[in-house]
Amino acid sequence: MKIQFRSIKLDKNRLNTIGKLLKRLRPYRVSFVLSLVLAVISVVLTLYVPILIGRAVDCIVGAGEVDFVSLSSILIKIALCVGVNALCGWLMSLCCNKITYGMVKDIRTEAFRHVQKLPLSYLDAHPTGETVSRMISDVDQLADGLLMGFTQFFTGILTIIGTLIFMLTINPLITLVVVVITPLSLAVASFIAKRTYTMFKKQSEIRGEQTALIDEIISEQKVVQAFSYENRAEERFNEVNERLKKCSLRAVFFSSLTNPSTRFVNALVYAGVGVAGAFAAISGGLTIGGLSAFLSYANQYTKPFNEISGVVTELQGSLACAARLFELIEAQEQTPDPILPETPPNDDGRMEFRDVCFSYNKSRELIRDFSLTVHPGQRVAIVGPTGCGKTTLINLIMRFYDIDSGEITMDGINTQSMKRSELRIRFGMVLQDTWLKSGTIRENITMGRPDATDEEIMAAAISSHAYNFIRRLTNGFDTVIGESGGSLSLGQKQLLCIARVMLCMPPMLILDEATSSIDTRTEKHVQDAFVKLMRGRTTFIVAHRLSTIREADVILVMRDGRIIEKGRHDELIRKGGFYKELYESQFAH
Amino acid sequence: MKKLFVYLKKYSRECVLAPLFKLFEATLELIVPLVVAAIIDRGIGNGDGGYIIRMGLVLATFAAVGLLFSITAQFFAAKAAIGFSASLRSALLKKIQSLSYSDLDGIGISALITRMTSDVNQVQTGVNLTLRLLLRSPFVVFGAMVMAFTIDTKCALIFAGVIALLCVVVFLIMLTTVPMHRRVQGALDDVTSLARENLNGVRVLRAFLREDDEIEEFKKRSDRLNRLQLSASRLSALMNPLTLIIINAAVILLIHTGSIKVDSGTLTQGEVVALYNLMSQILVELIKMANLIITLTKSLACADRIGVILNTESTVLGGSAVPDSTAPRGKVEFRDVSFKYNGAGANAVEGISFSALPGQTIGIIGGTGSGKTTIMSLIPSFYGATQGEVLIDGINALEFDRNELRKRIGIVPQKAVLFKGTIRSNLLMGNELASEDEMLEALETAQALEIVQNKEKGLDEPIQQGGSNLSGGQKQRLTIARALVKKPEILILDDSSSALDYATDAKLRLAIRNMKNPPTTFIVSQRAQSIRYADTIIVLDDGRMAGIGTHDELIKNCTVYREIFVSQFPNGDELS
Repeated sequence: MKIQFRSIKLDKNRLNTIGKLLKRLRPYRVSFVLSLVLAVISVVLTLYVPILIGRAVDCIVGAGEVDFVSLSSILIKIALCVGVNALCGWLMSLCCNKITYGMVKDIRTEAFRHVQKLPLSYLDAHPTGETVSRMISDVDQLADGLLMGFTQFFTGILTIIGTLIFMLTINPLITLVVVVITPLSLAVASFIAKRTYTMFKKQSEIRGEQTALIDEIISEQKVVQAFSYENRAEERFNEVNERLKKCSLRAVFFSSLTNPSTRFVNALVYAGVGVAGAFAAISGGLTIGGLSAFLSYANQYTKPFNEISGVVTELQGSLACAARLFELIEAQEQTPDPILPETPPNDDGRMEFRDVCFSYNKSRELIRDFSLTVHPGQRVAIVGPTGCGKTTLINLIMRFYDIDSGEITMDGINTQSMKRSELRIRFGMVLQDTWLKSGTIRENITMGRPDATDEEIMAAAISSHAYNFIRRLTNGFDTVIGESGGSLSLGQKQLLCIARVMLCMPPMLILDEATSSIDTRTEKHVQDAFVKLMRGRTTFIVAHRLSTIREADVILVMRDGRIIEKGRHDELIRKGGFYKELYESQFAH
Repeated sequence: MKKLFVYLKKYSRECVLAPLFKLFEATLELIVPLVVAAIIDRGIGNGDGGYIIRMGLVLATFAAVGLLFSITAQFFAAKAAIGFSASLRSALLKKIQSLSYSDLDGIGISALITRMTSDVNQVQTGVNLTLRLLLRSPFVVFGAMVMAFTIDTKCALIFAGVIALLCVVVFLIMLTTVPMHRRVQGALDDVTSLARENLNGVRVLRAFLREDDEIEEFKKRSDRLNRLQLSASRLSALMNPLTLIIINAAVILLIHTGSIKVDSGTLTQGEVVALYNLMSQILVELIKMANLIITLTKSLACADRIGVILNTESTVLGGSAVPDSTAPRGKVEFRDVSFKYNGAGANAVEGISFSALPGQTIGIIGGTGSGKTTIMSLIPSFYGATQGEVLIDGINALEFDRNELRKRIGIVPQKAVLFKGTIRSNLLMGNELASEDEMLEALETAQALEIVQNKEKGLDEPIQQGGSNLSGGQKQRLTIARALVKKPEILILDDSSSALDYATDAKLRLAIRNMKNPPTTFIVSQRAQSIRYADTIIVLDDGRMAGIGTHDELIKNCTVYREIFVSQFPNGDELS
């Protein structure tokens, strides 16, 4: 009972998924209906041709016994059938392609559009690779499996029904032979599939182990070589490789038995039809042409069965993909921007935090009743040990995450009643994770201001000291850098990120360990530039350098995600709390 | 491609046997229509029930024997394909491990991983299918024609014509669609990379309000993909209808010709049916072959990419020279060395000269991209100097026996990398024969003893892939211990105390100095404090030496050094 109930519930989920898919099929409904009609015509014609050929064969009984008149009219009929059939087949695949590729494009764009509106809490919780694979490979498999699968399924069923009807009209008894033997082929196929499943599971386990090893050895090949570890790495690899070989052989071999086995059953059906048909022909219940038609049916009849059993697994897989995909597409969007957004009257850069509470996870409170007023042009340093959650504050200021209660205001306006874009455009941000877009250096620098002139770009590059290395690149500003900065060093990437902000000159700045991988000397130059930039601009800076911290107007000391102290350097040292401890362990020598 | 066949050679017996058994099976299938013709002409014609049953049994026997043949064939094919891919993977790994750092930089790590995994799997599938099907399909097609010749020459000529025509059609469609599919693949890659990039850079993109532009760009790329897919598939969609028309036109022609022949008594009704059945078999095989060719083109592309790796001439550096036992151990000398990375526009380092005596400590300091790590990687000849000479114990590093040289050098790379296994297995990487005491000694020097002591299993504490169960500082100290287990003559610490606090860093340096046979130690650092007490400090600026000497000398006469120092000790109280 229980099992039944569960399977019904599952089916409901699936029906739900199918319903959503049908909704997205709507723009293509004409093509879809057309393809179904064409499929029916094509199947009927395909099945009718062997009968016509059988009739033709019956016209040519023996020497002097050929009925040329009927023969030629039959041959013309065959030609017509085949011509129409070919045309239908062609149109049908055009329709299917149009639907498949069109739906893939639509769903993918829908997913991408949706991702732009997803809150960062969703994106942070789901690994990039997973979301990408939902948008790309799941969509592909969905379209392939579902639509191709559906047409195959549809034509398969039609073919089986059609064949049965045609066979029955010719000779019911022989039809019985076919119908009785065929399920054998299905049984054999499913028997093999069940047996090979465990073998494949084992294979993919060992393959996973091997991939992890390959990943390690190759990703760290330089270390491997530095320690002359090549031979031992190879030994480890070969051991796994040998195991994989044994297990793969079994899995591949057994799975490749499906086709020969079903072919064997098929051949038996063929022999059965041949013998039964021949006896029927002797007794006059069947013509030679009828026998010939039967034999070609016998050849074709098991094919749709095999296809359908394959298609069913594929359809199940596709539905699983679809379910995963809709999970993404239907994930809760971030709270929409207010309908009547307010805009701060000016760009002074005054920020106020009033009784702000926030936590990523409701069970673990992070920020509670935090209040702070940041006056225009002030510099706020955020310090704390690694992993203390310094980026949390940035997440809140930029509204990557929304606070649970309290309010954050900018020049007197609650940031939640502003448009996100209005808020974000006021900030220049350089993050710890130096992300660059694949494209040219120029495209990366102008990310915030695509209309910047060459002079402005040059000025930004020079004042950020990025020009020092850009100058040495073969193509200068037009050098193409690969995904996530590719060939550039971490320091160079960071300089580019700084240049990117320098070009925009926003009223407020967020610098997250902006100089962590630039050496102290280059940092000095960058700092000089930053001092220029920070003049008159409110700045939030996640700082590791002593000099930055000392000059800050407010220092926020964070620990375990919480803001535990705030004040100026001297005040905090005098207070003798966690800051003093931190200061002494990190900066005193 | 040729490169890959070598690994199939070991399985040449299987490679012959698999298609051979397939051909046996196919031969049986080709005889079936003749048996049916006999049933029609003799069995039905003469009303001979016994004959029909006998022939029915023949068909059943054919089916059983065919099953045996094909199972044998599948086994040999699987064995050859799996064995082939296993040895290919081994060989590929061996090759990759023999590549120099420049080669690795050039090819890229992720490409190498793809070659080793999915590409090899795809080739395996290709080999397996080739052995099973590639010979079978043409064999059936041509076999059907040969069978047709045994029945009637004139009708067989129709077969010949059809086969020629089909070959042309299939070939033309393939020829035009293959490059189109390649373009589709490229367009799909564009879509994928945009999606990945968008997710990775989501904070920056949103901070710069780029969401709408990104959607626009995504739509553009998706549209392009869609257009390419449609135009490629429009052509592919022609394949099935065209073959259908050609085959059926041939059937019509066949029946027409047959009818005239039957009328004149040179052909029987059963033979016409046999000819028709043979033609049907050709159609079935063609469909299989078209699918096979699609898989094969994919496999071939993968095989090509693997071949490129196997064909890479590894620019292995190192000769066979080994210094005699009286030579000083741990002496390093650079003579006017310059180095340029492959494909780079300018030299990474230029005109580097210095010499380090055994047991000395050399500090190297300088800005980002000033060439610190580059200089260090010339010592174990990871890269070869493009100009000048690097001498280790008096021998040019490029002529030094590669293994012997690396045995003498302990390196602690910038990024602390540990391998899956245990602390012990990681320490043993440096020296397989190290005793427990030697390991503990190395750990103590590296200030890492407490890590091991705090672990329940001590040295046998498991380490996860990438050392993810350890903190950055712990990993760093263990990598230092790993280098020390080698008892190196030359120790290179490439910015490897960045995750250590000042006190531990100082203790570490002291411990190395106090070792029984202290190695020549290179300390690359951005902290002035770490190199301050080195015997010689080399100051790098933009790939050139801006100064060399002791701390006191450099403070006096090297502006770059002074600037660095002041930036880290702003109080100036440290200046003396």
